[in-house]
Amino acid sequence: MIEVHGLTKRFGRTVAVDQLSFQVRPGVVTGFLGPNGAGKSTTMRMMLDLDNPTSGSVRIDGRHYRELAEPLKHIGALLEARAMHGGRTAYNNLLCLAQSNRIPASRVTEVLDMVGLSAVAKKKPKGFSLGMGQRLGIASALLGDPEILMFDEPVNGLDPEGIHWVRNLMKALAREGRTVFVSSHLMSEMALTADHLIVIGQGRLLANTSMADFIQENSRSYARLRSPERARLEEALRDEGFTVVEAEGGLLEVDGASTEELGELAARHGIVLHELSSERASLEEAFMRMTAESVEYHAHAGPRWGMDQPGEDRRGEGV
Amino acid sequence: MASVPAVLQSEWTKIRTVSSTTWTLISALVVTVALGAALSAVVNSQFGDLSPEERATFDPTYTSFSGMVLGQLAMVVFGVLVVGSEYTSGMIRTSLAAVPRRGTFLFCKILVAGVLALVVAVLTGFLAFFVGQALLGEHGTTIGEPNVLRAVTGSGLYMTLIALFSMGIAAMLRSSILSLGILMPFFFLVSQILAAVPGAKEVARYFPDQAGRQITQVVPNALNSSPAPYGPWAGLGIMALWVLAALAGGYAVMKKRDA
Repeated sequence: MIEVHGLTKRFGRTVAVDQLSFQVRPGVVTGFLGPNGAGKSTTMRMMLDLDNPTSGSVRIDGRHYRELAEPLKHIGALLEARAMHGGRTAYNNLLCLAQSNRIPASRVTEVLDMVGLSAVAKKKPKGFSLGMGQRLGIASALLGDPEILMFDEPVNGLDPEGIHWVRNLMKALAREGRTVFVSSHLMSEMALTADHLIVIGQGRLLANTSMADFIQENSRSYARLRSPERARLEEALRDEGFTVVEAEGGLLEVDGASTEELGELAARHGIVLHELSSERASLEEAFMRMTAESVEYHAHAGPRWGMDQPGEDRRGEGV
Repeated sequence: MASVPAVLQSEWTKIRTVSSTTWTLISALVVTVALGAALSAVVNSQFGDLSPEERATFDPTYTSFSGMVLGQLAMVVFGVLVVGSEYTSGMIRTSLAAVPRRGTFLFCKILVAGVLALVVAVLTGFLAFFVGQALLGEHGTTIGEPNVLRAVTGSGLYMTLIALFSMGIAAMLRSSILSLGILMPFFFLVSQILAAVPGAKEVARYFPDQAGRQITQVVPNALNSSPAPYGPWAGLGIMALWVLAALAGGYAVMKKRDA
């Protein structure tokens, strides 16, 4: 169990983390989601007592991190992939960590085997790919067989097989009753692994909810219609009390209506339909809507991605 | 609180499993001994060319330590890399997550590296002395002469303090490159040059290396130099104060700053 209370971090005048309070519970994978620069890594570093909070506190199983005699036995963390000495073999990198927390050397061999790095145990990490570095970091997190695991962007740099492996590992660790806290800037990734979701933007808590509730609330379902008699169709829909939104390419979108009732409506009015489909807004869109105001680094592009209208005035862009 | 023997064992593993430890310490030994040997041989062959004053104040022990001016730079590199590589590799975050008590972490590291430096430095001192004396021939001295044993062991202590000072600076600056960029020119050029400039010389005497090196001299005004206003042990004490200040600074930075 991790308890974060009123956690705040200021760098000069910038507020990186702003009054964050939440709990991370055992037995589930808790996703820590936010756009780049939202303060996820800073929060995680403060949780490990690496960065000093400006105010607020973090408790690991009820205690401050610095009070843990052998912290690796309570909490294991993957911070960034390159947090190892490049000139010391993978085995020795883990061995010195193990020794500092009185973890038997046999455990080093064990975790290297678990992450699939046995073959390169005697190799130096400076020759490792990003994915191998990530695996070594995960091995160091598992070293003390801790009840709490923290992963900062664990799938970064991994190949599809590696991503699959990490997802299964996190789920398996949670099933064993451990606390698993994992950050990502990709909603799609979280949707596949997390049971619980903590969303932050510009250091502030935006949501703290179960994944199921998040999906329920945020994935709006709507019907999409295309017709050569668009004006008539729109009028008919409005007359029957539907909320109609005009979308790109002459499409109409109707919220909260089934395709059955819309099809029957069109038939009653004798309107030809070229398309009628049921759609669901993606979680990625929901996440982007939620964090839209809090994104620090906006890309300077046109109003819509990939919608370069011919003849549109593009001057002043791409500077 | 983390178990100190466990952290010491961990730091020993860290230090013995990187190649920089081996090459810096071997360089310190080889450079000091070889250069001291070469100078001793040259002095022996050209002893007749020395002025009468120089001959009167000739210090065979100090002559055999001539290589230390360069050899100490390898000790600087050793000290800087022991601490600095934690930062350049990013290992520091992993290390502090495992040993969150900054004091335990830093002083276990410094103790392990310091003891290793001491062993190599004392060995270097004795080797440089005996090889140098052998090559000085009839102009050499023996370990039994007054103050000679003090100078030889003192040279080992001096080299150790150089390494410890470098560790403190690296902990303060949190960067190997920056620390080397300051320490190397300082010990190799700035301190040496200022020590030869009248006026500046009086200040330079209190620099860590100038003060500490006093203990390696048997003749206080060796090679016709003006004697220092403090004795050999007091000089080493001045150097030790510099080292304490650097280590305290390093600890303060590590405790206060984000990793």
